[in-house]
Amino acid sequence: MEQTTNTIEIEDLRLAYGVKEVLHGVTLNIHRNEIFSIIGPAKSGKTSFLRCLNRTIDFISQATVSGTIRVDGEDILRLKDIYHLRRKIGMVAPLPVGLPLSIFDNVAFAPRCAGLTQKTDLAEIVERCLKQAALWDEVKDRLNTLGTALSGGQQQRLTIARALSHQPEILCLDEFSIAIDPVTTMRIEDVLKELRKEITIILVTNLTQQARRLADRTMFLLNGDCIEIDRTEIIFSDTPGNRKTYEYVNGIFG
Amino acid sequence: MADAIDPATRFAKTDFVIRKERIQAISKALFLIMVVIMIIPLLSIIAYLVYHAMPSLNWEFLIEAPKKGMSEGGIWPAFVGTLYLVVISLAIAAPIGVFAAIYLNEYAKENWFNRIIHLAVINLAGVPSIVHALFGLGAFVYAAQFGYSIISASLTLAIMTLPVIIASTREALASVPASFREACWNVGATRWQTIRAIVLPNSISGILTGIILQVSRAAGETAPIMFTGAVFYKAVARGELFPYYLNEQCMALSMHLYTISTQVPNVKESIPYATAVVLLCSVLVVNASAIALRVWLRNHKKW
Repeated sequence: MEQTTNTIEIEDLRLAYGVKEVLHGVTLNIHRNEIFSIIGPAKSGKTSFLRCLNRTIDFISQATVSGTIRVDGEDILRLKDIYHLRRKIGMVAPLPVGLPLSIFDNVAFAPRCAGLTQKTDLAEIVERCLKQAALWDEVKDRLNTLGTALSGGQQQRLTIARALSHQPEILCLDEFSIAIDPVTTMRIEDVLKELRKEITIILVTNLTQQARRLADRTMFLLNGDCIEIDRTEIIFSDTPGNRKTYEYVNGIFG
Repeated sequence: MADAIDPATRFAKTDFVIRKERIQAISKALFLIMVVIMIIPLLSIIAYLVYHAMPSLNWEFLIEAPKKGMSEGGIWPAFVGTLYLVVISLAIAAPIGVFAAIYLNEYAKENWFNRIIHLAVINLAGVPSIVHALFGLGAFVYAAQFGYSIISASLTLAIMTLPVIIASTREALASVPASFREACWNVGATRWQTIRAIVLPNSISGILTGIILQVSRAAGETAPIMFTGAVFYKAVARGELFPYYLNEQCMALSMHLYTISTQVPNVKESIPYATAVVLLCSVLVVNASAIALRVWLRNHKKW
């Protein structure tokens, strides 16, 4: 934590679906180049939180967001160019989504949407991202085959490659390991440790041990309330700031 | 300790299993009988029609104009007229229907206004064709002053097929998993980029099938065109490809069949049957091509 500039500053973030409030005023900062993990039982608002970050919450009718989210000082809830924002934030969903396109097009999709058409530039991006996602060696000879034909673990790495293809400064992973085997999970975790040098990573996970292995800091979210944010060692120590945190990470409830 | 299981009876069928298997066999037989019951009238209709139509079924019948007050000759003017009506009405209805469906399914937010539109579309699809006919008569023939013409009849058919095209297109669009769209939005694609790259290529088979199936509906309906643009008789040369202007009335197969079966005296017996066979075959050919297209596109489906 030698350098603690904030890349994301969130103040009193509230989110409601209709009349049901699911985030009750969350305030936190996320530092540049850290791995920040969010843990908490189901329905505590982890995924909704990520949806607010890249404004895909806009697609859910009846969702109302209040508070402020600043990414690099910019208030993104009042931002006009949300496409630029979404390119700045890579997002990986829980279940792998290979788009029904070739492997090459899967990764080249985002740059193309941003207006890049040069074949050589695209090939360069595809190679770099697939290498970063530890998938290149397995697919380099069949880039023109369908991304949907890959195995689950490969598709999840393809999804990560796609999330990296628009050169995000922040990468959000939403329970990326629930559909893949432990070996692939460990490979991706190694990838994340590598990526951490360049970008900020927000890791939502149900596996508390995964947060413990990877995260610099951890937030414990419970039913839309931020219970505790602290360095991961402290969250997982015998004396975290809140008793509920201790109970959750030790499997006493949740 | 549990009782030792006799290896000889361990996998023997219990009464429960035997009863289950019997019910399974009976239900299978019952459903098969229903299929047979369904097929018999269909096949006998076709056999009956073809048998009676035999004396007239030849190439000449198709491309010849009717003769002697429509009691002899062929059906060419009606055949071409139906072709005109179907092509023009679908050229109008298909783009409007598909684009409207894209808006409703991909862009529209869920609110009371769009829910009413959705409800209206569903209900319009169930409106009887005679009601569409009266609407077409009032709106296109009189109000818009297109008169009794191909254009009025085509517009009426278009109005009739539009809700079904919208409904089937929406269904095809909705069959594309939402996770694909979200994945695209997550990487900064606009809605249109998502639709163009992912949604349309993966729903096009369903969209086209929905449109093509409306061909048979447009070709078969009599009421909407009878009030708006189909005519009893029109002199057309044998095999002429473009006999009609759009502001003229035309003959149509469904209307022609109605006329010669009920209005014209002393029609050669096989002619109405042959007309029906031609109408049926055109519809079958179009539907078969829709199925072929769907199979072909489904084999290219990517997930």
